[in-house]
Amino acid sequence: MELANLFVKSIFIENMIFAYFLGMCSYLAVSKTVKTGVGLGAAVIFVLTITLPINFLLDKYILKPGALGSWLGSEYADVDLSFLSFILFIAVIASMVQLVEMIVERFAPALYSALGIFLPLIAVNCAILGGSLFMQQRDFSSITEATVYGFGSGIGWLLAIVAIAAIREKIAYSNVPAPLKGLGITFIITGLMAIGFMSFMGIKL
Amino acid sequence: MSDKEGLFSKKNLQLLKDPLDDNNPISVQVLGICSALAITVKLEPAIVMSISVLFVLVASNVIVSLLRNLIPNRIRIIVQLVIVAALVILVDQVLKAYAYDVSKQLSVFVGLIITNCIVMGRLEAFALANGPWKAFLDGVGNSAGYAFILVLVAFFRELLGSGKLYGIQIIPQSFYDFGYQNNGLMLLSPMALIVVGLIIWAQRARNRKLIEK
Repeated sequence: MELANLFVKSIFIENMIFAYFLGMCSYLAVSKTVKTGVGLGAAVIFVLTITLPINFLLDKYILKPGALGSWLGSEYADVDLSFLSFILFIAVIASMVQLVEMIVERFAPALYSALGIFLPLIAVNCAILGGSLFMQQRDFSSITEATVYGFGSGIGWLLAIVAIAAIREKIAYSNVPAPLKGLGITFIITGLMAIGFMSFMGIKL
Repeated sequence: MSDKEGLFSKKNLQLLKDPLDDNNPISVQVLGICSALAITVKLEPAIVMSISVLFVLVASNVIVSLLRNLIPNRIRIIVQLVIVAALVILVDQVLKAYAYDVSKQLSVFVGLIITNCIVMGRLEAFALANGPWKAFLDGVGNSAGYAFILVLVAFFRELLGSGKLYGIQIIPQSFYDFGYQNNGLMLLSPMALIVVGLIIWAQRARNRKLIEK
């Protein structure tokens, strides 16, 4: 029940885009058609679900104050490596993206050609690093929790990009004031959608 | 930097000025929006964030520009990420030591400077191809453009949302006595998006060559 709650919360209430604006750059750049939106969204889910558990383990056994002491012996008990977390997390993310790219290319060429150009972009998507940093900040107790959170946030991100892509496809036919065309109207629509998503606040399973 | 050009030649000054309007990183290049919006409820975190980005962007631009002939092309993204991450750790530690309250407010968004698209975008688009002095100017210009939008958004949100600027009450008590109310909606995150949308509208109405077809 806890997990289901976390899952729903990470999709709707703490949606990466509508509540924290994470991954906005690619969200705005790649949301011109639904098809590319789905591709990028799938890649984000994939990478978030893989990197969060890895970073959770890193955090638990290496980075937390005193974490080294629990398995290296008591002389390491007061080592605090938490200042290294940014660099370790981003290294894990960049290398995982590279690895995932190679694996997908080898075993699922169809998926690779669909995701193709989006995979490398993901290393610098704020949503991925953001997921890991939120995970660290919220002190999740188990690796399952971290994985569920990663998967849920990924789905939330996919939902958001697909929704805005669909709206942008349609809005091409409407009469928007010229200076507002393109970027401006996308911002305002995203804002309105975010207000809509706020109505999920307080939902508990 | 070529020897023929002066340090502040017209072309170099252009690097400083362009990002403020014609080529603003947020409203035209669409870079660095992720971190820009979440921290604009008040002026103070927005200003601290701008200074942090200024430092990281200028330093990483210069470092990458100095190393640009040594970095192998295939692994350049990882090299850049490591340089940026090291600088961000520096900023984070300094903030934690000297401005703990603000660093709590900024929470994960200091760390997210690493993946701030402005930094990576400018490194890729500019620092890899230009000398250190130009990269320095480009860094200063772009972070000024970023700071400009950030401060503008934070200004409206703090003024309309809580009647304060930089934590100081601006709207006088007599207004409230007449029934003026703070607009609580401005404090919620969706309004940041809408305010940026309106800023883009205003900018493009004034500067019509930016209008998208």
